[in-house]
Amino acid sequence: MNKTIGVVVFPGSNCDHDAYHAFKHVMNVNTRFLWHKDRDLEGIDLLVIPGGFSYGDYLRSGAIARFSPIMQAVVNYAEEGRPVLGICNGFQILLEAGLLPGAMLHNEKLRFICKNAWIRVENDQSLFTRSLKQGEVYDIPVSHGEGNYFIDEDGLKELQDHDQILFRYSNRNGEITEEANFNGSVDAIAGICNRRGNVLGMMPHPERAVEKILGSDDGLKILESMLDGLAVS
Amino acid sequence: MINPADGISRETDTAGRQIQPGDRYSRETDTAGRQIQPGDRYSRETDTADRKRLEFGGKESRKIFILVCHKTNPLNPIMPSSTVAEPEVNLELALDHGMTEQEYEMVIDYLGRTPTFTELGVYSVMWSEHCSYKNSILELKKLPREGEQLLVEAGEENAGLVDIGDGMACAFKVESHNHPSAIEPYQGAATGVGGIHRDIFTMGARPIASLNSLRFGKLENPRVRYLLDGVVRGIADYGNSFGIPTVGGEIYFDDAYEGNPLVNAMSVGIVKVGETASATSKGVGNPVLIVGSSTGRDGIHGATFASEEISEESESKRPSVQVGDPFTEKLLLEATLEALKTGAIVGIQDMGAAGIACSTSEMAARGKEGMKIDLDKVPAREPGMTAYELLLSESQERMLVVADKGREQELIDIYEKWDLNAVVIGQVVEGDRVTYWKDGEVKADIPADSLVLGGGAPQYKREVKKPGYLDDVQNFDESSLDHPEDHNEILIKLLGSPNIASKRWAHQQYDTTVRTNTVNAPGATDSGVVRLKGTRRGLAMKTDCNGRYVYLNPRRGGQIAVVEAARNVVCSGAQPLAITNCLNFGNPYKPEVYWTFREALAGMGEACRALNTPVTGGNVSFYNENPDGAVFPTPVIGMLGLVEDVYEHTMTPQFKNRGDLIYYLGAARKGLGGSEYLRHIHGKTTGDAPSLDIEFEVKLQKELLEMIRKKQINAAHDISDGGLATTLAEMAIMSGKGALVSVKEMNGSDYELLYSEAQSGVVVTVPADNSAAIEKQVKSAGLPYYKLGKVGGNFLEIDQIIRIQVDELTDRYESAIPSAMEEEG
Repeated sequence: MNKTIGVVVFPGSNCDHDAYHAFKHVMNVNTRFLWHKDRDLEGIDLLVIPGGFSYGDYLRSGAIARFSPIMQAVVNYAEEGRPVLGICNGFQILLEAGLLPGAMLHNEKLRFICKNAWIRVENDQSLFTRSLKQGEVYDIPVSHGEGNYFIDEDGLKELQDHDQILFRYSNRNGEITEEANFNGSVDAIAGICNRRGNVLGMMPHPERAVEKILGSDDGLKILESMLDGLAVS
Repeated sequence: MINPADGISRETDTAGRQIQPGDRYSRETDTAGRQIQPGDRYSRETDTADRKRLEFGGKESRKIFILVCHKTNPLNPIMPSSTVAEPEVNLELALDHGMTEQEYEMVIDYLGRTPTFTELGVYSVMWSEHCSYKNSILELKKLPREGEQLLVEAGEENAGLVDIGDGMACAFKVESHNHPSAIEPYQGAATGVGGIHRDIFTMGARPIASLNSLRFGKLENPRVRYLLDGVVRGIADYGNSFGIPTVGGEIYFDDAYEGNPLVNAMSVGIVKVGETASATSKGVGNPVLIVGSSTGRDGIHGATFASEEISEESESKRPSVQVGDPFTEKLLLEATLEALKTGAIVGIQDMGAAGIACSTSEMAARGKEGMKIDLDKVPAREPGMTAYELLLSESQERMLVVADKGREQELIDIYEKWDLNAVVIGQVVEGDRVTYWKDGEVKADIPADSLVLGGGAPQYKREVKKPGYLDDVQNFDESSLDHPEDHNEILIKLLGSPNIASKRWAHQQYDTTVRTNTVNAPGATDSGVVRLKGTRRGLAMKTDCNGRYVYLNPRRGGQIAVVEAARNVVCSGAQPLAITNCLNFGNPYKPEVYWTFREALAGMGEACRALNTPVTGGNVSFYNENPDGAVFPTPVIGMLGLVEDVYEHTMTPQFKNRGDLIYYLGAARKGLGGSEYLRHIHGKTTGDAPSLDIEFEVKLQKELLEMIRKKQINAAHDISDGGLATTLAEMAIMSGKGALVSVKEMNGSDYELLYSEAQSGVVVTVPADNSAAIEKQVKSAGLPYYKLGKVGGNFLEIDQIIRIQVDELTDRYESAIPSAMEEEG
C-alpha cells in the first residue's frame, strides 16, 4: 500500500517509536515522524498521536499539548475529514483539543495501571473497525494513570445513538463486568470516534501487541483494520 | 577503634565513660544515664548509639544547611545569601561539614593554605563516603573486575560496559537512594530512578529497561505502607513518564529494615560499540557547558546526608532531598543522544551527588588537565546563589559537557531544539587545577586530582571484628523446632507472606511494556527479558539479594546473592555475563559491620570468579541503620545475561501442557536455616545460611542452559524463598494448571524437602515422550535428578500431605499485598 502514516512526536512522547515500529517494520507501511513544532501534514494519510507524557503532563494529560504548533494543523486535518488516531496520551490530547467529546479522570483507584486488558468491538462499521467483527474481544496492553473516561448522561446517549463507541473493556468472554472495567470509565468505554467517524481515540495500545513474542499480536488486527479503512477512504 | 582523625576527644561520652562499639542507650539519656539537655555539646545525636556521627564528624549537617541557607541572613532567608559574609574557616567548621581533623589537615596540605569556605564545601562533599568510597574502595578492589566481555573496567566510566555481540554493548548499573527515600519516599525513589538512567545515557547508551530492589520494615506497620506506597509511586511516575519499561524488581519486608528502607534502582542501556561517550575532559581551550535544568538550592549536601545514619534528626533534612522532573530528563536523554551523534562532544558526565563540584573535578582529573569555571554563567533557578551553593547544589536533570572548540554552537542548537539550557560556563585550561570564579573573584582553586577517588581522596582501612551473634545463629539446632502438622496450612501461609506473595500490586503501577521489547515482564518470570530489535538477541536481567542469608553467614550470603541472580537469568534462557552491585550496609566505623562487609564481598568475589561474571561497577551505601542497629547486610546484585536467540530460547516458569513431567534437578534439599518457613511460620531468623557448593552450582547452570537451548524443557523455575513447595505452587499459579507430585524418592524430612532454601535447585518440566533421553543426559552430566510427577488437574497435590485447589493458591498469593495496602481505603 502506498499510503503514508505520520506519527506526531511531542517532546515527552514515548510510544512514538512503538507506533513507528508497528507500522513501518511490522506492517511495512511508509511511516514518518512529525515534530511537534511542524505545521505541515502534507502527504499524510493517517495521523497518529502516540502515547506518552507530551509535555510532562504535570498539569493534566494533554492540557498543554493542545496548544503546540502542530495541533492547529491536526485540528484542520481532522476537520477536513481525514483520519486521526489518538492512542493513550493521544486520546487525552484529542479530548483536550475538543476533537472528541468527554474528559479523562484519574483511574478509579488513583493508581497507574499497566497490564493486558480485553477489549470488545462495539461497532464494526466505522472507518477504523470495518475489518473487525462486532462482539469480538482482543487482548491489548493498557498503561495509563488517567484513563477513566467521563462523559455526562446526555453525552453518553449521543455517543450511543451515533455508534461512536468503538471499543469497551470486557472480560475474556466478551462480558462487560465491573471487574473488567478496571479504570472506572463511564460505560466501560475504551475507545470512541467523533460523529463524523474520522477521529478515533483509544486508551489501549494496539501498537504494543503486534508480535507474538510480546505476548499478544491482537493489536495487529486492529491496526490492519485501520489500514483497510484507509484503502477505501 | 576510634578514628584517629577525630578532632575532639571522642573516646568518651559526656560523663567521661569510655564508649564501646555496640553501646546501646536510650535516646533521652547519654551513656552515663544523664538526662540530655538541649544545647548539650554531645547530645544523643553524637555520643550514644550513633557512634559514627562522632567519628564521621557529621555532628548535624542540618547545621551546615542552616548555615548556608538561613543563618547567613536569619532575618530573611530568602534574601540573597551572597550579600552576607562567609563564615570563618576553621577546624570546627570543617567538623560541622562532616570532615575529620585529619581530613581537614589533608586539605590544608593539598592547598598549602587554609581553604576558603567554598573550597571547604567542595572537599567535604567530594570526600563524603557517597562520593569518595573512602571506606570501601580497598575492599572493592578485591572484586574480580576483568573479563573478555568487558569493554570498560569498573570505575573507569559512569557505568560498566559489556560486549553483547552484533556490534552492541550494554551499559548497566544499580544505585541506592535509601536515605532520601526514608524521609521523602516519593521524590527519593523518583530521583533514584532519574539518577541511574542519567549514568547510562551519559555514556551514549539509550536506556532500554529499569529494575529495582526494595526493602522495607514490616508491612503491618502503617509507616511502612506509607513508604512502600510512596516509593512505588515515585518509581512509577518517573519511569513511566521517562518511557522506559520496568522489567524486574524485588520487594522484601523484614523488621531489620524498619526505619531505613533500601531503595535501589538499576538501569540497562545499549549502545553501538565505538559510539560510547567518555566522562573525561581534554583539549586546552575546549569549552565546558552545563546543559539541562537550571541550578537551584535543592539537594545541597545530599551526598553528606547520604553518608550518615538516619535518626530523628533526619526529618529536618527533607530539604536535602532533590525533586525529580522526568519530562526534563526525557528531553535531556533525547537531546544528549542527538548531541553525541554530532561528534562535537569530547566528554560528558551527569550531575548527581555534589553537582557541579563533582562533575567538573572528576572530568578534569580523568583528563589530567585543568578547568576554569565561571559560576556567574550557570543558569540559576533563584537569584543570589553563592559559589558554595552553585557548586554543591544537587538539582536534578543536569549534565556537564566538554565540547570541541568551535563546535559548541551545534550542541547549543540541539539542546535548544529540545527547549533545554546549554550554556558555556568555562573552559579546559593547562595545568591540573580547577578554579571556580564568581563575581570576578576566585572562590576556589583546587588540584582536581586531590578531590577524587583514586587521586587525593582519603582511603581508609577499617577495623574489623566478627559479630558475636554469628556463632549463636549458626549453631541453631533445627531438631528443637516444633513443626506444625498441617502442610496445607503452612503452604497457604507461606504464599501469603509478603516476601513470597505476588508483587503485582507494585508491578502493575510500572509501565512494563513501553518500547515494545519486553519479552518477560516482572511477575511470572525468574528474570526480566528484553529483546534487541534488529537482532535475534535478548538481554535477561535480575536484581537479587537475600539479606537474611548475608546476616546469618556473610560470606555464603554474598556467594548466594550472585549465584542465585545467575540462576535466575539462566532459568530465563540466558548466559550470565556480568554483574553490577549495590552494597547496602550499616555504619562502616562499627567493626562488626565492616567485618560483615568484607566477608560478603569476599563471597561475592568467589562466586563471580566461578561464574565468570565480573563486577562492572556499582555503588556502596553505608550508614543504613536505625536506632536498633544496622539493616541486614544487603549486597544487591544486578545480573546481566545474554539470550542468544530470544525468539527460541526464552524460558518461563509456568506449567505449559497437561501431562508434562516435572523434575527436580540439583542439590539435596537440606537445612531450614534462613528460610522464609522459619521466619514466617516459626518467627525465627536463625540457622546458618542455606548450603551452597559453588562448583556444583556452575555445573547445574551450564547443564540447564544447554537443555533450554536445545529446547528440551518446557518450563524452568528456580527454587528460592519458601522452598520447593512454594516453587511448585508458583508454577501452578502462573499457569492456572495443577500438578500431582511426590517427593518420596528424595531423602530427608518432609519439612526440609518442601521448605528448605538449599541452593542449586531448579524445577523443570519436560514433554513426556522426551523424558528418557533427558534423564540419560542429566545423569551423564553427573547431576542428581528426581522425577516429581506431572502437570494436570486443578489441584496442587504433593503426596498425601498437600492438596489445594490452584484457585485457592492463587487467591492467597495475589491478595496478600493488595489487601494489606488497600485496607485503609
